[in-house]
Amino acid sequence: MSQSVVDRLQEQFGERVLESSDAFGDHELVIADGDWFEVATFLKEDASLAMDHFTDLTAIDHPERGDARFDVILMVRSSSSGARIRIRTRLSEGKELGTLTAVWPAANWAEREAWDMFGIAFSGHPDLRRILLYDEFVGHPLRKDYPIDRAQPLVPYRDTDEIDKLPPFGIEEGQPFARIDWEARLSGRDAQVSPAIGLQQGQRRTLSDSEAAQQLQARLAAKKAAADSAPAEGAEEGTGD
Amino acid sequence: MGELKVLGGGEDVAVTTRFSDLLQWARKWSLFQYPFVTACCGMEFMATAGPRYDIARFGAEAPRFSPRQSDVLWVVGTISQRQGPVVRRIWSQMADPKWVVAFGTCASCGGFYDNYTTIPGVDKVIPVDVYIPGCPPRPEAVLDGLMLLQEKIQKNDREPVIVPPKLVPENAPGRTGGEGP
Repeated sequence: MSQSVVDRLQEQFGERVLESSDAFGDHELVIADGDWFEVATFLKEDASLAMDHFTDLTAIDHPERGDARFDVILMVRSSSSGARIRIRTRLSEGKELGTLTAVWPAANWAEREAWDMFGIAFSGHPDLRRILLYDEFVGHPLRKDYPIDRAQPLVPYRDTDEIDKLPPFGIEEGQPFARIDWEARLSGRDAQVSPAIGLQQGQRRTLSDSEAAQQLQARLAAKKAAADSAPAEGAEEGTGD
Repeated sequence: MGELKVLGGGEDVAVTTRFSDLLQWARKWSLFQYPFVTACCGMEFMATAGPRYDIARFGAEAPRFSPRQSDVLWVVGTISQRQGPVVRRIWSQMADPKWVVAFGTCASCGGFYDNYTTIPGVDKVIPVDVYIPGCPPRPEAVLDGLMLLQEKIQKNDREPVIVPPKLVPENAPGRTGGEGP
């Protein structure tokens, strides 16, 4: 259905369409980053294409590629013909893309998100600042080289040593599900604890579920015994009446 | 303990108690709540407040959307790093005595949001009195948490507690074929 779009673009841009692919009817073209704005304008303005619906603009980080580490992907649709097309370009770090806000105003927030998450700058954007994260945030978290366990709290975490209330969790609780300490696992210790959270909660090792349940039961039993003994004393005093 | 006597209404009686006990009793049955609802746990909060589970039975039916008028801060849902200053400010605006309930796994420990966006438990920012686990917790667990909080208020106990898991007899260990890890 979108093959006509591919044909039209190849007819118009010829060799400047670097690659084209088709995955189950999803057509995709790869262009150079210098042609980004021109191709987008043509998609919107050409009468036979009339791509008036901006669906999304997003990016992918491929640090292993070295040069041109980012893929920037544009998805648009024509509301008259229903055809869809995906345009991809490869971008080096530090290079800027022309903004598409003049073509589709909806690109404004999508480009801000790409800036927020990947640090891809769009030249000519009217308001290029972070959209989801806060201004104090350092770095761009969806880059693959952003440390996976690095949080940047706006409020300093309470120091649990100095407060009168401690969370009643056992050492097995509050653990991440998927964070695997691969070095420890490969060395045979098999601890599934994130270093940051482990340090924060004083965790040294993991417990199996059954051990954790036993600890919880023992703690509850001790509390119950303490609660039972306290009213019993009171009842004995009361019998004097 | 003497015999239980049912009063008819004409007797001259006086009940003695300590003033602090009376005050705590009054406090625990008139909890004005501030629902800080950020995520899907809010649906279960609504179910708890609705007529089927009827949180009004515990004197806690009045939500107050001003922290100055509320006693209990319900943190219902995921707290992102960006919301940390907000929830801390709301908590600091509440007048004493005040209590905090962490509703659901995300508010208690961050849940599966183990990344740069989410505070791993609202207790990293404000002190929490009752933790209600569950993703989301059932309204029964929420009411258990509220009753735990009332118990704590009566005893003037500020130690944090966690709603224990309910052991359903047919799910007890050993009843099913599967072996735990």
